[in-house]
Parts: sequence; structure tokens; C-alpha cells
Amino acid sequence: MPTEKILEILFMYFKAFAVGGAICVIAQIIINITSLTSGKILVFFMLGGVVLTALGLYQPLVDFAGAGATVPISGFGYLLANGAIKGAEKGFFYAVTGSLTAASAGVTAAVVFSFIMSLLFHSKTKRN
Amino acid sequence: MKKGNTLFFKTRPRVRSYAAICGSKEKEGVIGNYADITLSDDMYGESTYEKAECKMLSGAISLAVEKGGLTDCDIDAMLSGDLLNQIISASFAARDFEFPFLGLYSACSTMSESMLLSAALVDSGFACNCVAATGSHFASAERQYRYPLELGCTRPPQSQWTVTGAGACVISDAVGKIAITSATLGRVRDWGVTDVNNMGAAMAPAAADTIMRHFKDTGTKPEDYDMIITGDLGALGSRILKDLMWEKSYDISSNHVDCGEIIYKVIEDEFQGGSGAGCSAVVMNSYVFTKMNAGLYKKVLFAATGALLSTVSSGQGESIPCISHAVELESLAAGAQ
Amino acid sequence: MTGKNAQNCNNNYLKYVRALDPPTKHFKNCLAAFGVGGLICTIGQFLRYMLEYAGLSGDELAGTVSVILIFFGCLLTGFGVYDRIGRHAGAGSIVPITGFANSVTSPAIEFRTEGYIYGTAAKMFNVAGAIIVYGVFSGVIVGIIYYFL
Repeated sequence: MPTEKILEILFMYFKAFAVGGAICVIAQIIINITSLTSGKILVFFMLGGVVLTALGLYQPLVDFAGAGATVPISGFGYLLANGAIKGAEKGFFYAVTGSLTAASAGVTAAVVFSFIMSLLFHSKTKRN
Repeated sequence: MKKGNTLFFKTRPRVRSYAAICGSKEKEGVIGNYADITLSDDMYGESTYEKAECKMLSGAISLAVEKGGLTDCDIDAMLSGDLLNQIISASFAARDFEFPFLGLYSACSTMSESMLLSAALVDSGFACNCVAATGSHFASAERQYRYPLELGCTRPPQSQWTVTGAGACVISDAVGKIAITSATLGRVRDWGVTDVNNMGAAMAPAAADTIMRHFKDTGTKPEDYDMIITGDLGALGSRILKDLMWEKSYDISSNHVDCGEIIYKVIEDEFQGGSGAGCSAVVMNSYVFTKMNAGLYKKVLFAATGALLSTVSSGQGESIPCISHAVELESLAAGAQ
Repeated sequence: MTGKNAQNCNNNYLKYVRALDPPTKHFKNCLAAFGVGGLICTIGQFLRYMLEYAGLSGDELAGTVSVILIFFGCLLTGFGVYDRIGRHAGAGSIVPITGFANSVTSPAIEFRTEGYIYGTAAKMFNVAGAIIVYGVFSGVIVGIIYYFL
């Protein structure tokens, strides 16, 4: 592989780390200041992703940082909004169903794996 | 006899026997050497944490009865409660026994409320031996009041750690070296604290109110007590309590002890210390009563505090009403200072 | 005055309580969140490259990456490791998609004692239900707006 390509890949890792980390830091600052619970943080960031995507602001971030923008929960919002936007081009039916279709992989995985884990594991008490 | 909200017991009911069971984390702290049974596993050989809590409570009760040289038929009533919905641990533990059961709910102040009521029953002659007991379990409380155990969330620095443990004592009319001389009934105080993680701040006004009324009604001063023990205010709540008392010119800084503050060895992961009904129950029924039996502490005021909230009320944005009941104990042991 | 009304009377007390609040370690928290969050995203990027190499692309690629990350989120939750990471990393482990997986798996494991239907299955969406509800709702709104634009 040429050196240029390797440098590009390394730079991409760096960008993913920086952008993903930065999104988490924003969430952490909000938690520190307002002491919101984790569920609320997840909802707000997901909604933030939806709104930014609808405004066309999230796509550039995804192009720039790759997984740094898609792995945080705001990327889940991006997925939902993107699905809806793409569906809207095909017709009203797809405009309504497009978001959940796009998110189906994540939701299915979470449900199926969680169910399997609940069969395999017991909840453990904490000592610290 | 009664003055204000303070009851003075003529016959001075005794603490005949006591027993405590605590979890593995609590074992490492000050009470480790005094508790009768310490668990190596928080499950206690049961399939759920609720069952484990129930087993601890029932174990503490039967141990206390046994240590008092009594059998089930000698007990006239058992007064108990816990933190779970519909006080299931206490009522399920009561299945194991032949004596009557009176269920109480006073959140974390259940220990002092049950002692107070037991003493009143014994003093009035309606009962000869009463069992006062309560307990809590970290995992079951966490699940009911907060989040699932495995959820990766941060604990705010004001938060406390629910104690895994149960304590029981037999209040009797004659035998025993510790006498219950008086008790002050608590009033519900709510100073508008809504932060469910900051129980200490919510409960401190209730504790201050009860302790001050006790001083007033009995005509005593803070210096008259070897120890003034509160339930589970934690480090932050204790500081607020001392400040509140100081404002009304009562100085309790030298002899105030908080069960939540002392129960764990290092207050780091637990932040402000222990909480829960089991907190004061375990400390009183192991460490404090043992020391009092030996005559090391002569006069002790025990005021456990409870936050009377539920997940529904806090979800609806209500503030946290709190209560504290105080019980005054006196050691009759020889060699008391 | 009780309850909510008391809040107005006791503003002084509440102010005093707030003053006593132990200080939040802003810098330390943010650093941990940055490190852990960034690391999870880097792993995501690594998976992206690997799967791209394996011949996946577009939605299939993005979907597979999140499925793998969700799997590890669920697995670590099952082993009881994720909550330990979360205690130190805070938002760093909440915000990535693995945090979503954690919020589904943890109640599923916890409430199994109440049965498979009303315990595991119903409580599974304790936290995640909110995300799905608001996600679908806002997605539909976005879709409708774009349709009529």
C-alpha cells in the first residue's frame, strides 16, 4: 500500500477519535451541569442527530469523520432521518416508513442480542 | 407519661437481645467484627435479591429471638418493615414465624420507629417481648429506586450506597442491660429538596427537628449523651445537621455519629456513605448495642432518618418529605462511665 | 407550608445545600468521556475499514458496523463489565451506540426474575423505548416535511 493511503487511513482514525470523543465531551458537560440521566441524554442526542440531518448539517460531519459521527447515538438519529429523507423521494408511504426501515438493523440487533444475554447471564451485584 | 411528642417509659423496657446480618462490602467496615453473620455472597444462596433480603431479615429475627433465650411463643409481636414496595421482605419474613406481625413503613427510619413502638407496647403492658427489625439490600433497592444494576451510568458525588444487611432486636419487659427510657415521635419535614441523589440534605431538617424537640422535652443538653446517632445522613447530611443544630445553639459536633458515615471503611466509591433501612439497623444491632452492653456508652440518643419518597413522587417532581424518630437508650451495665 | 410550596420558603436552605455540593471533577470527567468515546468510535472506524475490505458498502456497511458494536455492548453488559466502564467514562460510554445496547440489555437481564414476558421482554424498553418512540416520531415528521417540500 502506498504511504499516502496509509497516512490517509491513520488520519481517518484520528478524525473518528476526535469527533466521536468531542460528541461525548459535549454530553459529559451537559451531564455535569444539569445532572440529566443517561436515558434523557440518549434521547436528546438522538433528536439532535435527527434535527441536524434534516437541516443537512450532519451529512458533512459523517463524510468528514466516518464512524466518529455514526457510532454515537446522534448517528442513530442521522440514520433515521436519512432513511426518511431518502424514502420521501420514493413516495409518501416510504417517507413515513423509511426511518424505521433504516434503523431496523440497530433495533433488531439490540433486541435479539439483549434477549440472548438475558438468557445467559444473571444480574450481578456491585461492590463499588 | 408524655410531654410534647416525647414518650417517657415508666417501666424502662429493655433491649434483651439483638442480632445483625450484613453483606460482604459492609463486613470490611467497622461493624464486620460485631455482626453475627456476614455474607460472602450478596445472593445469600437465593435466586433473587428480594429473596436474599427476606432471608437476611428472617435470619436476623430468629437469631435475635434465639440469643434472648426465647422461643417463638414468647414473642408477643414483631414490628418490622423494609424499603421494597408493599414491604414484601418484612411480611414474607414473617411467614417463617409463629408470632403476630405488624408491618411498618418509615423508609430508613424503620429501625427507630419499630423500637419506639415495641417499647410503647411493652411499657403499656400489652406485650412482654416484641421484636423490632428491619433490613435492606443494595441490589433490590437499586433496582426499585434507581436503574438496573448493569446500566452504565455515573453516580453523582452526592449519592449514597444502600447497605446490604438486616438487624433485629428483642424489646423485653425485664431482662437486658440496655434500657429504653424515652422516645420522641418524628414529624414529617419537607424543606423542598427535590434531588433524589441528595438524601442527606433532604433528611437533615427532619433529624434536627426531632433531636431538638427531644432535648427540649427531656430537658437534656447535647453534652448529656455519650453518642447522638443518626441513621443514614451520610457525610454531607451530617454536616448540614450539625450546622442546623448549631444555628439553634445546640453543639452536637463532639458526640454526633452517623451510621451511614461510619459503616464503610473508605468513603470513596460510596461517596457520602451508606443509606437504607439496613444501615442504622445493622450498626445499632451490632456495634452500638455490644458497646452499650459492655457499659462503654452510658447514654445514647438514636434518631434514624427516613426519606418518604417513591419513584412515582419523584417522577412527578415532588420534593422529598422526611421523618426522624428518636429513641433514648441507657446502659445499665456495671462499669459504665 | 408543605411540599412544593415549601420550596419557595426555603430558598435559603436550598441555596445553602447547593453551596455544599461536592465539586464535580469537570476536567477528569471530560477527559475520560473523550478517551472512551473516541476509542469506541475508532473501533467503529476500524470495523468499517475491515468490512469495506470484505466487500460491503453503503447502508449494508453502516448497518453491519452498528450491529457488531451493539453485540459487544450487549456482551459486555452481560459480563457485568459495561457498568464498570460507565462509572468512570460517563458520557463516553453512554452516547456511543454501545450505550444504547447497554440500556436495552441491562433491564432485560435485571427483570428476568419477573418472567420472560412481563419481565425481560416488557422491561427491555425501559430506557430504549423512549429512544425508539422519539426516533420514529421525529423520523416520520422529517419524512413528511421532505415529502411535501
